[in-house]
Amino acid sequence: MLNIINASKTFQPGTPNQHTALDDLCLQLQNGEFVTVIGTNGAGKSTLFNAICGTFFLDKGAITLDETDITFLPEHKRALKIGRVFQDPMKGTAPDMTVRENLAIAYARTHRKALQTALRKQDIELFRTQLATFGMGLEDRMGTKVGLLSGGQRQAVSLLMCTIATPKLLLLDEHTAALDPAAAEKVMEITRQLVAQKKLTTLMITHNINQALQTGTRTIMMSGGKIILDIGEAERKGLTVPALLEMYAGRGASPLDTDRVLFAE
Amino acid sequence: MNVFTVSIQQGLLYTLLALGVYITFRILNTPDLTADGSYALGLAVSGVLSAQGHPLLGLLLAALAGVLAGCITGFLQTKAGIHPVLAGILTMFGLQSVNLFVMGAPNISLLNSPTVFSLVQKLLPGVPLPVLRMALPAVFAVVSILLLQWFFSTQLGLSIRATGSNEDMVRASSINVDAVKMVGFALGNGLVALTGALIAQYQGSADLNAGIGTVTIGLASLIIGEVICGRRGLFIGLVSALVGAVGYRLILGAALQLNVPAHAFKLLSAVIIGVALSLPALKKAYLFQKAKRGGGGHA
Repeated sequence: MLNIINASKTFQPGTPNQHTALDDLCLQLQNGEFVTVIGTNGAGKSTLFNAICGTFFLDKGAITLDETDITFLPEHKRALKIGRVFQDPMKGTAPDMTVRENLAIAYARTHRKALQTALRKQDIELFRTQLATFGMGLEDRMGTKVGLLSGGQRQAVSLLMCTIATPKLLLLDEHTAALDPAAAEKVMEITRQLVAQKKLTTLMITHNINQALQTGTRTIMMSGGKIILDIGEAERKGLTVPALLEMYAGRGASPLDTDRVLFAE
Repeated sequence: MNVFTVSIQQGLLYTLLALGVYITFRILNTPDLTADGSYALGLAVSGVLSAQGHPLLGLLLAALAGVLAGCITGFLQTKAGIHPVLAGILTMFGLQSVNLFVMGAPNISLLNSPTVFSLVQKLLPGVPLPVLRMALPAVFAVVSILLLQWFFSTQLGLSIRATGSNEDMVRASSINVDAVKMVGFALGNGLVALTGALIAQYQGSADLNAGIGTVTIGLASLIIGEVICGRRGLFIGLVSALVGAVGYRLILGAALQLNVPAHAFKLLSAVIIGVALSLPALKKAYLFQKAKRGGGGHA
């Protein structure tokens, strides 16, 4: 499904600020896998996502998605098959446009016709029924500008925008980290619902180790631009946070020193 | 003819300019300074072709020339990575040579040449000229507004609006942001050039110096319209371009009546724009002072 082969990326090479963000990284995802990604700040998690999405091109290595080589495909072309939700709720939606206009732009990738009316009747009905399944009352606010919604509501809209034209791969970049606990739980619930319903292959970055171990089917841990732990479904069962931290320490990587990682509920 | 009538006629024609500026300045959220050049380009193309007896072709090719100018600015911004303001200035600067090349002289007279106005007059012999000079610009303005209203509800139009609001989201929706921006600049400058083309035929002369200050006129019109109509949604925005363009001309007409010298108009325009653009800040300062005084009451 997704195959990353020996991916390397160094920022500002040849300067004192040289930083190797991805170091010969390999990762394979099977169809329908839901993989959670953990690691300290600067471990390369978001860089990995940026590499997959095409925000920059790799120095070395290759990426294939569904047997197609996408290593040098521009960002917007990859977005046809890859959905991404960011940590910042502002990033995934256009604030000056209404909920249904945002959804229409995202949905248009399935039937691209430049001069066709963007909001067809059947589309609006589809948006309404999909939003209704979230149980947030968003189906009654389709004419509201997205900028007026709360962070949780915006993330829910972003999630639907990324999945309404079923993507091959869904990338979630700490998409609940900026939300209050209740909203974060709601957005996670919607995430699980959408992933299960559409059988999406998913990568999710989180700083919450408990959540990482309980969500999805597999957990990987990154450090220094490499994957240092890859825990499959069977191995993950019964694994506790302290046990994981011990495994982590055993790899001799830089200690997990951020409070956010250790004390996250 | 009285100043009032002329102001409205010109205002209706300048609606197209205000619409063009609305597309780049408000919808794409980018200041585009190409307009001075593309207006004069439209003026030149329309002037030369009208002088040779092809006023309608003049309008069409003028609009296309404006589209091309917009594409160049768009290219400089997106592919060449030049700052939007500088990209516009560069195109505008280069166009000054192009315009002179097209016209062959800084100004030409169209007094004895056919124009879109004289053509329609031949078609409708019963209609008096002053009515025609009012009706035709009105048709251009209203049709433009309706076409744009339709266009901005299409997939492409919606993408242009979203690009001005959040580029990342548009890219994430698998849309080529560079191409979308290019279309926006092309459309905006096409309208600006068409304004120049119509004005040349309306006035019966084409003067390249008339291009100077086009951006400012467009902005002033747009902002006056927004002060009157408010900023609420796309259709109101398009209508406010019309209201503002006419309003701006009426203000200038009134200034003329009050014997304000014509060379003071540029200062007057600058002051109008400055005041209008600072209205939100002034309002905020006023509310702050009011709240402070109210808070002081408890002490």
